[in-house]
Amino acid sequence: MTTTAPPATRPEPHRAAKTVSRPGDRIFAGLARGSGILLLVVMAAIAVFLTVRAAHAISKDHGNFLTTFEWTPSLNPPVFGIAVLAYGTVVSSIIAMAIAVPIAIGIALFITHYAPRRLGGPIAYVIDLLAAVPSIVYGLWGALFLVPHLRGVNLWLDHYFGWTYIFHKEDPNSAARSLFTVGILLAIMILPIITNVSREVINQVPKMHEEAALALGATRWEVIRLSVLPFARSGIISASMLGLGRALGETMAVATVLSASPTLSGHLLDPVGGTFSQNIVAKFGEADDFGRDALIASGLVLFLITLLVNGAARIIIQRRKEYSGANA
Amino acid sequence: MSDTVIDATAAAGKPATPRLASRHLPRWSPLAIAAGAIAIAVAIGAGAGLTSHIQWGLIALALFVAGSYAITARVEGRRQAKDRVATSLVWSSFILAVVPLYSLVETTISKGVGVLDGTFLTHSMNNVLTIQPGGGVYHAIIGTLEQVGIATVIAAPLGMLTAIYLVEYGKGRLAKWVTFFVDVMTGIPSIVAGLFILSVWFVALGKAPASGFAGSLALALLMMPVVVRSTEEMLKLVPNELREASLALGVPKWRTTVKVVLPTAVGGITTGIMLAIARIAGESAPIALLVFGSAAINTNPFKDPQSSLPYYIFEQYNNGNQPSYDRAWGAALVLIAFVMILNLVARVISRWKAPKAGR
Repeated sequence: MTTTAPPATRPEPHRAAKTVSRPGDRIFAGLARGSGILLLVVMAAIAVFLTVRAAHAISKDHGNFLTTFEWTPSLNPPVFGIAVLAYGTVVSSIIAMAIAVPIAIGIALFITHYAPRRLGGPIAYVIDLLAAVPSIVYGLWGALFLVPHLRGVNLWLDHYFGWTYIFHKEDPNSAARSLFTVGILLAIMILPIITNVSREVINQVPKMHEEAALALGATRWEVIRLSVLPFARSGIISASMLGLGRALGETMAVATVLSASPTLSGHLLDPVGGTFSQNIVAKFGEADDFGRDALIASGLVLFLITLLVNGAARIIIQRRKEYSGANA
Repeated sequence: MSDTVIDATAAAGKPATPRLASRHLPRWSPLAIAAGAIAIAVAIGAGAGLTSHIQWGLIALALFVAGSYAITARVEGRRQAKDRVATSLVWSSFILAVVPLYSLVETTISKGVGVLDGTFLTHSMNNVLTIQPGGGVYHAIIGTLEQVGIATVIAAPLGMLTAIYLVEYGKGRLAKWVTFFVDVMTGIPSIVAGLFILSVWFVALGKAPASGFAGSLALALLMMPVVVRSTEEMLKLVPNELREASLALGVPKWRTTVKVVLPTAVGGITTGIMLAIARIAGESAPIALLVFGSAAINTNPFKDPQSSLPYYIFEQYNNGNQPSYDRAWGAALVLIAFVMILNLVARVISRWKAPKAGR
């Protein structure tokens, strides 16, 4: 009854005026589009420049770039390869992931489901802040605090688990400057970021799912296993991938802790090996122009690896459109 | 000891409770089990002569988890037992993570405070032998401020404009590509950004002279995707009604964006930029490749090597002697303080200026 019939819509006086194009609009839109295009150009330039310099170096390599252990581009003829670096990068990152992911999920669950309400918020906040601690500080702490403190752990692992081969230590008295220690340090570094992103995903689990499970008489663990984890799985996976991307590219924390040498050892506790980024920082100072090109080649490989990992993470995120955690 | 108490409770409750009402452990049982586990662990530890107290703790933890599982499984059933184990695992993962993170902060503060004083903040390392105490971070602070400042001047406007493009104008293939490559850029390792600027320098100039400016270019490269991302998120939060109201009044689109959309989102955008600054201020890898570091004060970012706080820490660490380690801790404390202040201010701004009407 309230509808006092509106006056019959008058026919539009004239067809919708076509948008007036003002100079201000054009300039502003141009600027905005221009910076978008600039970003693409920069990315293309990165790919092209790195590839050009890398190809130059690899073409003069007298060893096999993929399988050579040594990094001696200054020799005549130059011999260098990424076998040790790729192995070290992958192994230390795997150790980091193996340690960090379960613990990060645990902390995320702790904050969202186990901690007293009043504690959860501040804890999440502090972990957020810890994600901002610069990597060089982790490196300093790792080299001056963690390495001496892991000595005992190393001896213990060697003593009781030496038979597993990977925990055998050639020289039990050498310092713990090994890929294993690097893995632990990287795990500590990527813990905050994985925790944060996982926590955000877990927070988005619909309350109804959890309450439904509770109403069926599920225990807290069953609620988590049946309703929280399945919903959050893809988010947790992509959080882990983001962490993995960081671990793969980490430079300073590795450069300070690892005692590098061109040796590929299956014994994780031996202080040998290297990673891509550690090698770049360590060898850069003494490298001539050709040596730098060789380092750029190894950097390109690192770039491609992180690209693959991040791409995989993005694809997983894309499948869950409602969650936009890519800004981590 | 705790075992018998619980059994007694359970036995006492048994005849009275009907089948449906499940038996419960008393509320204090986790504490009792924990006390029991610690007691046994101490006994084992002392008995076997284990010197490391960490091992004692681990034994106690294992005993606690196993003990609570066994006892709960007997009294309350397997499902409840699993629940208890999950609870203790979640709690222990939290404690396990807190220990190193706490130790990191505690070590940095306790070792850094001793070095930090007026001299440390106002002197450079010029003419200071690295094996001697003394010297400071003044040159590094100047370097960091200049490099980060230039990087921000480059990356913040570009990043904001890109985000505006993506949110306000972007449709079609170009926007998709830009979004995709922003994602890709987010994942670039900092050392690769450094190598890229280096290769550009090589190709453009034929050599790679060290300067703070080269470093800031690499930092800008790292900063830009972060700015784009956060600005984009914030612009998306601005309600469409505001844009429509402004456009309906005949305001041109660019003025709508500048005068209506941006001011609404300014808090979030500032926060994003400050967080991005905090992130690049701690980057040392590109600095090591492009700026080289120097012991003296160099206020000109366009010529000759400079230092920077993170790189200074690396340098001092590599000197490998106690006075240098001390300086490294001092610089680490300064750097952490800088980054944390940026973070806190950013968060305060975002609280204060948060867009009120989301979605």
